[in-house]
Amino acid sequence: MMKIWQTLTVKPWLTSSEGIVQSDMSTTEFIDTENNKGPGKTALKFFLAIVTLLFFLITITFLSRSQYPDFHALAGEPWLPFTKPIQLWINTACLLLASISLQTAVSLVKKQHIKSTEFAILLATFGSGCFVIGQILVWQQLSQGGFYVNSDPANSYFYLYTSLHGLHIVGGLVALALVSYQFFQDKNFIMNRKNLSLCAIYWHYLLLIWLFLFALLTATPETYKTIALICGF
Amino acid sequence: MAIAIVIILLVIASIVFHFISPWWFTEIASNWTAIDTTINITFWITGFVFVAVNGFLAYVVFRYRFNKNRRADYEPENKKLETWLTVITTIGVAALLAPGLVVWGKFVNVPDGADIFEAVGQQWHWSFRLPGKDGKMGRSAVELMSEKNPFGLDPNDPFSQDDILINSNEMHLPINRPVKALLRSKDVLHNFAVPQFRVKMDLVPGLTSYLWFTPTRQGRFELLCEELCGMAHYTMRGYVVVDSAENYQKWLDQQTTFSQSYQAKQADIQLGQQLYGSCAACHGQQAQGNKVLNAPKLAGQSIWYLKRQLSYFKNGARGSHKQDIYGQQMATMAKLLVDDEAITNVAGYINSLSQLSPAPTAANIVSKSQLIKGQKLYNNCAYCHGKLGQGNFNTNAPKLAGQDDWYLKKQLLNYQSNIRGRLKGDIYGNQMLLMSKLLHDETAIDNVIAYIGTLSKPQKPKEVNSL
Amino acid sequence: MYTAITDQVDESSHPKSFFYKYIWSQDHKVIAIQYSITAICVGLVALVLSGLMRLQLGFPDSFSFIDPSSYLQFVTMHGMIMVIYLLTALLLGGFGNYLIPLMIGARDMVFPFLNMLSFWTYLLSVIVLMASFFVIGGPTGAGWTLYPPASILEGAPGASNGIVLMLISLAIFIVAFTMGGLNYVTTVLQARTKGMTLMRMPLTIWGIFVATILGLLAFPALLVSAIMMLFDKLIGTSFFMPAILSLGDSVDYSGGSPILFQHLFWFFGHPEVYIVALPAFGMVSDVISTHARKNIFGYRMMVWAIVAIGGLSFVVWAHHMYVSGMNPYFGFFFATTTLIIAVPTAIKVYNWLLTLWRGNIHLTIPMLFAIGFIFTFTHGGLTGLFLGNVVVDLPLSDTYFVVAHFHMVMGVSPIMVLFAALYHWYPKITGRMLNTGLGKIHFWGTFLGTYAIYLPMHYLGFLGVPRRYFAMGETDFIPQSAQTLNAGITISAIIVGLIQLVFIFNAIWSLFKGKMAGDNPWQATTLEWQTSQTPPVHGNWGKNVPIVYRWAYDYSVPGVKDDFIPQNVPQDEVVMLEGNTGNNGENQ
Repeated sequence: MMKIWQTLTVKPWLTSSEGIVQSDMSTTEFIDTENNKGPGKTALKFFLAIVTLLFFLITITFLSRSQYPDFHALAGEPWLPFTKPIQLWINTACLLLASISLQTAVSLVKKQHIKSTEFAILLATFGSGCFVIGQILVWQQLSQGGFYVNSDPANSYFYLYTSLHGLHIVGGLVALALVSYQFFQDKNFIMNRKNLSLCAIYWHYLLLIWLFLFALLTATPETYKTIALICGF
Repeated sequence: MAIAIVIILLVIASIVFHFISPWWFTEIASNWTAIDTTINITFWITGFVFVAVNGFLAYVVFRYRFNKNRRADYEPENKKLETWLTVITTIGVAALLAPGLVVWGKFVNVPDGADIFEAVGQQWHWSFRLPGKDGKMGRSAVELMSEKNPFGLDPNDPFSQDDILINSNEMHLPINRPVKALLRSKDVLHNFAVPQFRVKMDLVPGLTSYLWFTPTRQGRFELLCEELCGMAHYTMRGYVVVDSAENYQKWLDQQTTFSQSYQAKQADIQLGQQLYGSCAACHGQQAQGNKVLNAPKLAGQSIWYLKRQLSYFKNGARGSHKQDIYGQQMATMAKLLVDDEAITNVAGYINSLSQLSPAPTAANIVSKSQLIKGQKLYNNCAYCHGKLGQGNFNTNAPKLAGQDDWYLKKQLLNYQSNIRGRLKGDIYGNQMLLMSKLLHDETAIDNVIAYIGTLSKPQKPKEVNSL
Repeated sequence: MYTAITDQVDESSHPKSFFYKYIWSQDHKVIAIQYSITAICVGLVALVLSGLMRLQLGFPDSFSFIDPSSYLQFVTMHGMIMVIYLLTALLLGGFGNYLIPLMIGARDMVFPFLNMLSFWTYLLSVIVLMASFFVIGGPTGAGWTLYPPASILEGAPGASNGIVLMLISLAIFIVAFTMGGLNYVTTVLQARTKGMTLMRMPLTIWGIFVATILGLLAFPALLVSAIMMLFDKLIGTSFFMPAILSLGDSVDYSGGSPILFQHLFWFFGHPEVYIVALPAFGMVSDVISTHARKNIFGYRMMVWAIVAIGGLSFVVWAHHMYVSGMNPYFGFFFATTTLIIAVPTAIKVYNWLLTLWRGNIHLTIPMLFAIGFIFTFTHGGLTGLFLGNVVVDLPLSDTYFVVAHFHMVMGVSPIMVLFAALYHWYPKITGRMLNTGLGKIHFWGTFLGTYAIYLPMHYLGFLGVPRRYFAMGETDFIPQSAQTLNAGITISAIIVGLIQLVFIFNAIWSLFKGKMAGDNPWQATTLEWQTSQTPPVHGNWGKNVPIVYRWAYDYSVPGVKDDFIPQNVPQDEVVMLEGNTGNNGENQ
């Protein structure tokens, strides 16, 4: 914060005798130069901010909507589908597996273990694939149980959240495919390590968002009430 | 150089325009003079800034225009000057904001003891409700709305029984009494706006919004919907009439309560048949109409529409225009129906007669291109009258399918020339009058009527709004 | 770190074939031109639509091809195209793309492929949008705000197909913008050349940079509302739809909140105003400074104002909703924040004036447009004080006053800057000057014409004439003279529309016949004018990227021979006036 303040209060018209101002060559005031992973990292940070905002905005609308009388949470009473969401736990495990595998891949590629890196990437892809398929299975189970998209706002939000989250996973898989393609094409380790670690960050982040959504969507009506009270809806 | 002069001229022109403009706020008719005062304050402050900034701009452009012997100053910043400008601007802004917030505080808090009324919006007309003697509005819900219960009131709610329903786009208010308008919409967003009252608010389906004012001037003020509500948005008008206390009471006494209208008798078709005897001379035994006598086909037309037209004829809202010769004939006949019950009965009988296909006179000579043009024109009509011309109670649109072409044409021409639609008491006529202007010439009228002619395969009138 | 991006000259990456050079190009300048041409073309469509609207308003009952449905469709498409597909795309996709790398001394955007993809995605969104003109029912006519429930119910034109295409097109546009925006932000943060500190960046870059961040953070709200409305329309959920009737028929919705949509929409919509305004603020600052031969006055204040406006723009959204039926107590908060935002905005106006003050003003075409901008923006900003002040908004909301206000502040003003910028940078983009005589005709026609349109329109608003009305018919409080005024406005509008043809002719004619510009025709300091070729080639800088030694506004520095010192001139190469061996052009 101080750093930003310092940057913004510089008087740029002053020129020191060398001709280059005090903060001279540094062009990366806002960035931690030590761990700077280049433009990819910056872009990813902004992208994650956008994703956060996307889910944040939906969550705001969700919380306010949860206080309407026609909203019937998917968990709480024992007969509701998410009172014991076993399938969701399995899916979470898949996503966790993907996340861990990618992290492993990053450290493996550092040690230049090519074969095992490849395996780790495949495992991550497998885990993510299982997650997406698992989510679709949940949709099927729900609609078989009569919980359609449009039959209750709680259901609508569940489908909306999971489809958006799923799309992000699928988008991530496309990016991962590109990175793996590069990896298998030419074994430029520095580039690949960077790109792989970006993928890993993205996966961790989607896992976090999923955990948040999981908690939110399987919470009980009382919990919504408490949160809504705190937020002042 | 020129630009400096032009800017000065534009500033002067703007000021002159401001003072000579005949387009200005309507004369206020409510208590909200404080809003006008705030606007005046805003005008003075912003007007001063406008003149100062642009005057300075013009001066600078003139004074410091290019001169090859002069060099510009070098002045990166001037803290003192900038601080001063910031402070002065902040003060100016505060001077605008403070009175605004005070007046808004008054607007938000409705005075105790204000009367209440409800304005209900729907595509594309208004209706109103008063709480009745108990001072409380009954519960309402969209699910309960039907032709019999257009306001969707709960018949089991004791508070709704004496609610006074005004099934018209004209509302009366007593002068000098603060009144809170509760705003409710049946379908989309609307906006309750009477320019003379200064205040406005959206009607939002699913909730009740409000505004309040005290009418301070007697008169009849046009009510406009000012939130885009679909194709016929611009025709969604109404009136708020500010009455003296006595006149208001007189008007109020004529209105009916929910329980009265809800329990109103069904039409007695047999009595209606007897009454129809005198109509049959012109309109025909089967109400099939008679072109020679200029009597339109009536059979199968919906009860609510027949009732409304009969009472219009009776009280001069239709057929009282000097040029409306046939309408005048009908007006005389309608006076024979003594009361609303008689009107209901005869309308019920006419409705029960089955509709015959129109004589296939016009339909034969219609070309295909004419129909295509007509269909395009009819797209606008279809919003209210229905894609099949079946009519729609909720849009106050009568059935058109099966009607004789000569009659439709006559009525369209009547609307276009203000013979029908703007007579006092014709509440929805202005809407059709505005819409009739879409048909720019006689060919257009013929085309659209030709298309309506193709809709005339006898169809059972749609069960309107049976929920 | 940045060196990897800025210093490499990879000759092999310069495409040779026509297709890769001009169509499937990853060069930011080509992409910028593609963006600009697409945006201008689609903007011309919107211009024609506005002409049609004006014809109906000025001369009602005269044009049989304009009916209430098509009128509302024109209104909607005109608004949406102008705000999103023209202004946002042209200012950020066009000028942002062209100027960012050149002005910060980079060879290209950091993700050139993503940049190219951004343009093609944008083009797709435009095509989807245009397709809605050809589907059954036509484009949506729900107003550019697309408020549900009307927008997806039968009572509004285009509610069956048009609205779906509109929402899909918006979603695609947001994807395109996000790809572009991530690129711009990252490029500004990571690819600046040596010496180009943040506070040495020209204000153009500051404006574009902050506007891009606003866009990145604001568009998700529009995306969310578009997706949720698509769900409501296509799957039958009830996010925004309460239990309602549709032309009397009951529809299967319940419990949703239409106001929620408005909150989401304006959470995007208000920052959107500044997404358009901030790049314009930045560009006009540079144009004024260059053509007045004077440093921008109060540079730091200008930067802070841009940042402050950007931040505040996220907490004022509900001033569009004072009469929406939301909790009226919100009015206090939003009126206050809204009027606070007037302070940094006013400071910017003062600083432009004080930049001109004691300058040496060349009344070139860009400068004329910049002066025109100050006038129109002052006017539009001041009328904003009416509408921002919640209680004054009550009588004026939803009238022609609003229409006049936002066209002054968000239509005319940014477009004045766009023209200033086009006349200013055209020599760099094409290597030739635009014709000055034609430019003058264009300026005077546009400036005076638009004022003749919008000044009287405010007064229709005072009178209470509602917006989005197909025709007024006979209305008690509207005198016949209002119709005369409307006809006058329409005539001005048509003249202004036709005058734009002069510009298009000028742009095409000058491309072949214009005077050769040279590298730095305006004698400007910023880096884009210091390229060794004009127009700059792929890679921008030849062998070495420039090194920056000073801020962007060293005009008329005392003691220096020339009245400008380019940013890449080191202190010891500055040529002094004869007889001045003193302070080397430095200031204390």
